[in-house]
Amino acid sequence: MTRADSRPALWLWAAGLLWAGALFTPATVKAQAPTPSDDEVNAVAQDLYCPVCENVPLDVCPTVACEQWRETIRTKLGEGWTEAEIHRYFADQYGMRVLAAPEARGWNWLVYLVPPIAFLAGAVLVVRTLRRTPEARVDAPPAPSREEAARVEAELRRRDR
Amino acid sequence: MSQAGEVGLAALALALGASVYAPVAAGYGRLRNKPAWIESGRRALLAVWPLLSLALAGLITLLLTGHFEYRYVGAVTERSLPATLKVTALWGGQAGSLLFWSWLMSGFAGAVALRRWDRDRDYLPGVILVCGITLAFFLGMTALLENPFARWWELADGAQIASVFQPHGSLPLFPVDGRGLNPLLRHPGMIIHPPMLYLGFVSFVIPFAFAMAALISGRNDDRWVRLARRWALVGWLFLSLGLLLGGRWAYDVLGWGGYWGWDPVEIAALMPWLSGTAFLHSVMVEEKRGLLKRWNTVLIVLTYCLVVFGTFLTRSGVLSSVHAFAQSAIGPLFFGYIALAFLASLGLVMWRWSEWKTEQEFGPVLSRESLFLFNNLLFLGILVVCFWGVVYPLLSEVATGQKVTVGPAFYERATAPLWLALLLLMGVAPLTAYGRSSARALGRLLRLPIVLAGAVVGLLILSGVYHPGALLGGGLAAFVAFVTLAEFWRGAAARRQRHAESWGTATLALIARNRRRYGGYFVHLGVVLMAIGIIGVELFQTETQGTIAQGESLRLGRYRMLYESLTEFDTADGRNVARAVVGVFRDERRVGTLAPRRDYFIQAQQPMTIPGARSSFEGDFYVLLVGWKPIAAEGATFKIYWNPLINFLWAGGFVFLLGTLVAAWPDKEPEAAAIQLLGRAAAGVSSS
Repeated sequence: MTRADSRPALWLWAAGLLWAGALFTPATVKAQAPTPSDDEVNAVAQDLYCPVCENVPLDVCPTVACEQWRETIRTKLGEGWTEAEIHRYFADQYGMRVLAAPEARGWNWLVYLVPPIAFLAGAVLVVRTLRRTPEARVDAPPAPSREEAARVEAELRRRDR
Repeated sequence: MSQAGEVGLAALALALGASVYAPVAAGYGRLRNKPAWIESGRRALLAVWPLLSLALAGLITLLLTGHFEYRYVGAVTERSLPATLKVTALWGGQAGSLLFWSWLMSGFAGAVALRRWDRDRDYLPGVILVCGITLAFFLGMTALLENPFARWWELADGAQIASVFQPHGSLPLFPVDGRGLNPLLRHPGMIIHPPMLYLGFVSFVIPFAFAMAALISGRNDDRWVRLARRWALVGWLFLSLGLLLGGRWAYDVLGWGGYWGWDPVEIAALMPWLSGTAFLHSVMVEEKRGLLKRWNTVLIVLTYCLVVFGTFLTRSGVLSSVHAFAQSAIGPLFFGYIALAFLASLGLVMWRWSEWKTEQEFGPVLSRESLFLFNNLLFLGILVVCFWGVVYPLLSEVATGQKVTVGPAFYERATAPLWLALLLLMGVAPLTAYGRSSARALGRLLRLPIVLAGAVVGLLILSGVYHPGALLGGGLAAFVAFVTLAEFWRGAAARRQRHAESWGTATLALIARNRRRYGGYFVHLGVVLMAIGIIGVELFQTETQGTIAQGESLRLGRYRMLYESLTEFDTADGRNVARAVVGVFRDERRVGTLAPRRDYFIQAQQPMTIPGARSSFEGDFYVLLVGWKPIAAEGATFKIYWNPLINFLWAGGFVFLLGTLVAAWPDKEPEAAAIQLLGRAAAGVSSS
């Protein structure tokens, strides 16, 4: 077999390798991606609460259970999960209370709607109260007479001493 | 049974009796127009404080002497606990803190009962009624449901129960040691934080009592407002101090790098502060213009109910919280009392609704009273956000069975615009007048502060700050600061011109002459400093976390932290301590050494992360020890924060409190001064 005869075989090998590379590279890269850093884990964990620890965000909770949750987040991040997917995973596993804020759907819309509605109602009340008073009807207090002013001045001076 | 326990229990029972008798006698005296009964009620109210002092002394003696046969003593102390912490364990659990709350309340009730009632005798029955009912409720719960003098008994079947009196056929139990104090409560900040909050809570009962007394008596002048205002200021001072100390405690102990976590119990203390702040502003409108009479009573009713609600949240354990260390089944009673108090008070307001109609009318939008009305709207807007965020998880659980969490992001986003609007009002309102304000004159006064605030924003941009929130907040803070300082300057300049005084003397005399006004300005300056601190931390805090071996470093901005060593040891008070030593470098120059540590309370099985912090004018370099390998040299995990401008928050808090103290300082009553003035004028006329 001459060198020329061997060329197609080499190309074939190269193409095969490239194809195999194209098929396996993403998975291999995913598996070999550097372990997510603590900062990346905490960025996800700060919006989660474990159901046991009381109102302490997951990124700062010192308990062993929360440490394990953070390791789960690290694993999921390593597997390529997004932040939203990880949040959804924990919510499915442990209930909505693990999320830092209720999702805006169903009854939970009330969380976000009641305060602005109440504020607007208050604002309307304030504006109505103020509108009831026509500016023209506001009376200035009568100016003190010269004698009264002098007496007040004298008294203030005396009290200052 | 210990003698101290017997005396304490008897005193508690007598105090409960006196607090029940006082409102009954005062109410009867008011109905039948019999002053002797009212006086009898007053004396009964006066007797509560000495009796509760005796009960408190009894309980403290039990705590100090380690009588673990008393359930409360065993629940909050242990032999190895230092004496100081044994005393502060008084408010470390539910039963003790309820007794302590009642004792403080009885002190305030006693102080108000002791005042001279000559001119305000028609308020006396109402004040006794409200103080007595409040005390009777809290003491009733203490004596009947959460008695700190309950002891352990072993029944014939071997079961152990806690009871005040010996159950039939039982034998007393004498545990050799207690469970010890909650680790979170062992910090010096916690020694003073709860008493300050409780003082704030109970002192707001007195203005509420005056409001109810005014409604009951039918007297519709503004006298109650003048009497209530100072008590409200005292309550506000303590509540503010309690909130600030709580923030500092969280920063030092809870190990999350922050000062405010929007925890439900933090919010429970903030809510009466918000309505109380609104009240302190709107009450001025009633004093100056005779407006908002009905609104002020509604505000103080709201504040009272929020005070009880705050205590309810802390004590009932209804919400899961870092503070929920004292849970029991007293929740429904609390809830019922709040509902009853709210409905009864609002019923009284409605009863007098038409009589309390004001004849005055509001000035234009730019008048001081109108701006105070907007101020009330903003404070109540923040209050609604807080209240809704706290109760929604409960409502959701009741309505849908689903538990949800309302975390810091919700509160921050919802309240930030309202806080900013308050800053704007704080800058404009001091320059307006009651009744009317000329837009042209106001514009003239505002021109310079606006220009200077604009210059500050320009400087911020030049120094590389581009965050819109920081520019807006910084600009508004600068605006308020310039307006307030200009007010000082204008007043002092006028005095200098009139009295030929130095700047220092003129400023001091100005403050002394009008403590309320200039105390308020100090409070505004305190808020400005706090706003700078909050903007710094909330918008520019940076953090990083990493696991490093000894001799390795973690970097954050201009700082580098070098892990030098770690030691683990047990302490005599039952802790296992892991203490790291780290070097702190700024621009590669060593600037300090810190020792962050993790305390593990063995008996309570509770870890506590104590940070190491290097403070400077610019901010805090704050280090937490998150974890470590069994062989410490292998590595440890640290979390480090850069908290820029955080110390402005603490300094602002100090100025804020100073201003409140100046404003609350007792002044000669204006009426008394006027009478003196008239007397002298009359003497002058007769002599001439």
